[in-house]
Amino acid sequence: MAEAKEKILNIENLDITFRTTAGPVHAIRGVNIDLYKGETVAIVGESGSGKSVTMKAAMGILAGNSVINSGTIEFSYKHEDGTPEKVDILTKDKKWIRRHINGKRMAMVFQDPMTSLNPTMTIGKQIMEGMIWHFKTPRQEAWNKAVELLKEVGIEDAEKRMKNYPHQLSGGMRQRVVIAIALSCNPDLLICDEPTTALDVTIQAKIIELIRRVQKERGISVIYITHDLGVVAKVADYVNVMYAGKIVEKGNINEIFYDPRHPYTWGLLSAMPDLDTDDERLYTIPGSPPNLLHEKPGDAFAPRNRYALVLDDKAEPPMFRITETHSAATWLLDPRAPKVEMPQELKNRIERMKKEAMANGSRL
Amino acid sequence: MAADYKGQPILAVEGLKQYFRVSSSFTVKAVDNVSFRIYPGETYGLVGESGSGKSTIGRSVIRLYDPTAGKITFNGMDISKKISKSDSKALRTQMQMIFQDPMASLNPRKKVEDIIGEGLDIHHAYSSRSERKQKIDAILAKVGLAPEHSSRYPHQFSGGQRQRVGIARALIMNPKLIIADECISALDVSIQAQVVNLMKDIQQETGAAYLFIAHDLSMVKYISDRIGVLHLGHLLETGTTDEIFENPVHPYTRSLLSAIPSPNPVLEKNRTAESYDYRTSGLDYTKGTDHHVSGSHYVKCTDEEFQRFTAR
Repeated sequence: MAEAKEKILNIENLDITFRTTAGPVHAIRGVNIDLYKGETVAIVGESGSGKSVTMKAAMGILAGNSVINSGTIEFSYKHEDGTPEKVDILTKDKKWIRRHINGKRMAMVFQDPMTSLNPTMTIGKQIMEGMIWHFKTPRQEAWNKAVELLKEVGIEDAEKRMKNYPHQLSGGMRQRVVIAIALSCNPDLLICDEPTTALDVTIQAKIIELIRRVQKERGISVIYITHDLGVVAKVADYVNVMYAGKIVEKGNINEIFYDPRHPYTWGLLSAMPDLDTDDERLYTIPGSPPNLLHEKPGDAFAPRNRYALVLDDKAEPPMFRITETHSAATWLLDPRAPKVEMPQELKNRIERMKKEAMANGSRL
Repeated sequence: MAADYKGQPILAVEGLKQYFRVSSSFTVKAVDNVSFRIYPGETYGLVGESGSGKSTIGRSVIRLYDPTAGKITFNGMDISKKISKSDSKALRTQMQMIFQDPMASLNPRKKVEDIIGEGLDIHHAYSSRSERKQKIDAILAKVGLAPEHSSRYPHQFSGGQRQRVGIARALIMNPKLIIADECISALDVSIQAQVVNLMKDIQQETGAAYLFIAHDLSMVKYISDRIGVLHLGHLLETGTTDEIFENPVHPYTRSLLSAIPSPNPVLEKNRTAESYDYRTSGLDYTKGTDHHVSGSHYVKCTDEEFQRFTAR
């Protein structure tokens, strides 16, 4: 696209430690993320990789024992009269963020719709709450808007449902309500933290389509946190792969899926069950994610990496640039490194995916 | 050991009904007239959305519920009615369950060795402390944990490791049938793969049959020999994994299959999943009868519906 894109969120060099009784846990170690207006960025990684913590920092809702060591989170938005404004979230206090950012300009959809809704309030009240608090919308107007929103997220009988309590709704409906609440104040940025992990595949497909439709209609930006690469393939424009508090590979969607460079990304892609092959065994990444309580020198992924070099145990790899948008943090990309190809099975699979894509008349 | 289809089925469920009476005028028909068989050494995958009754079937089979009607035969004995004491003992050792959430299903106040060894303790399956320890260590090694893990508590493990403890607990009594109720749904994708591979290895080694309950068809495909698709308490379609995936007949099965996101962004971006709604579909499950498609592939519907499904 030729037109200059408007940058909405710019996270730079974010570094967060949690003080725990067992010692400091270095959860985020230098994360950079850019997000432009109307685009979708996905953050992918295993549990404990720091994807949720990063976005909680952007919302200013980190737990009390967190220490921000360095970094900036710049969020750009427009005032009601249209004047642009750029703030560093990390320098603002919680009260200010509550008043000006949370819900109003940045809204979040959480993983489990049972725990993120208030069980003692009707869903109508919960949707109206934000509008009344942020914009002092008159009750009747807020009510009408809430009914509109419920219709928008695909809930039938919206008027009747307004008086329901969360336990009267099914899991998929509850997540629709959570999305309606998030949309109630017209945010510029929607953060979806594993919005479909607690749901069935059929409901998942519907919720994802809902988020995509809403995004298109409203032109908002979405950050998608997930560990499911199938979901990523459906929604994202750009992908950040996170491991042990660092982004190990970032790129646009085609680069990550058709030309992955980091061994961890290879592992994640290979571990996806593939409906088209008859392999007896699934590929697995050996071991489990590292405990960030004990920091080791070198690449955090090295112990699980069958392509690890000697150097990986000594020095942490920097981000190597592959194209304008694509970069990865692995020593394998260093010009002096031995030439290592991705596993043959994955290569075959990518070749097949490319062919399928071509056959459908799309170009890469 | 490959599945043995010639001999007696290890589990035969005939016309199982499981109703829950909510009030005098309202009864939930959680499972309605479901029949299937599981043969020794085979994995039967039961799929469906939440509320379709798949977990209820698992719980009825292991007799956590008393079935309303129907016959459940396990290893030659009828277990759907009142069970005798000796049958009950056999049932409790030969059929085991792995639960969904490994954090909620492991007692947080017990050490792993006591969680795993509880079955041994109850059935007095050892003659000395050292034999007990030896048995527990052997099971731990089988599921990929080290002997030193036995003196730890569940909270000291990661999610994948906890599920291994759950599997070890199910394996200790050498069961003939393991009911795995959504045992991988709470895990990360890469850890899911580890657990599924582990379960396959164990089946090779011990020849145990699995009733694998899940809503994620892509993982079910990897582990199952045969699949049953369940919706609103009705078993709509059954067949071998290949038959179901190559030629899904029922619209509900088709919608389940098309809901699986594929990791191919160019295709996936332009694809909308087939949707299916029972209320608007005009189908009536209660009128359906089993129709033969091919091989062991059956679909439950009326004659007229069957023509419509297969005409496509």
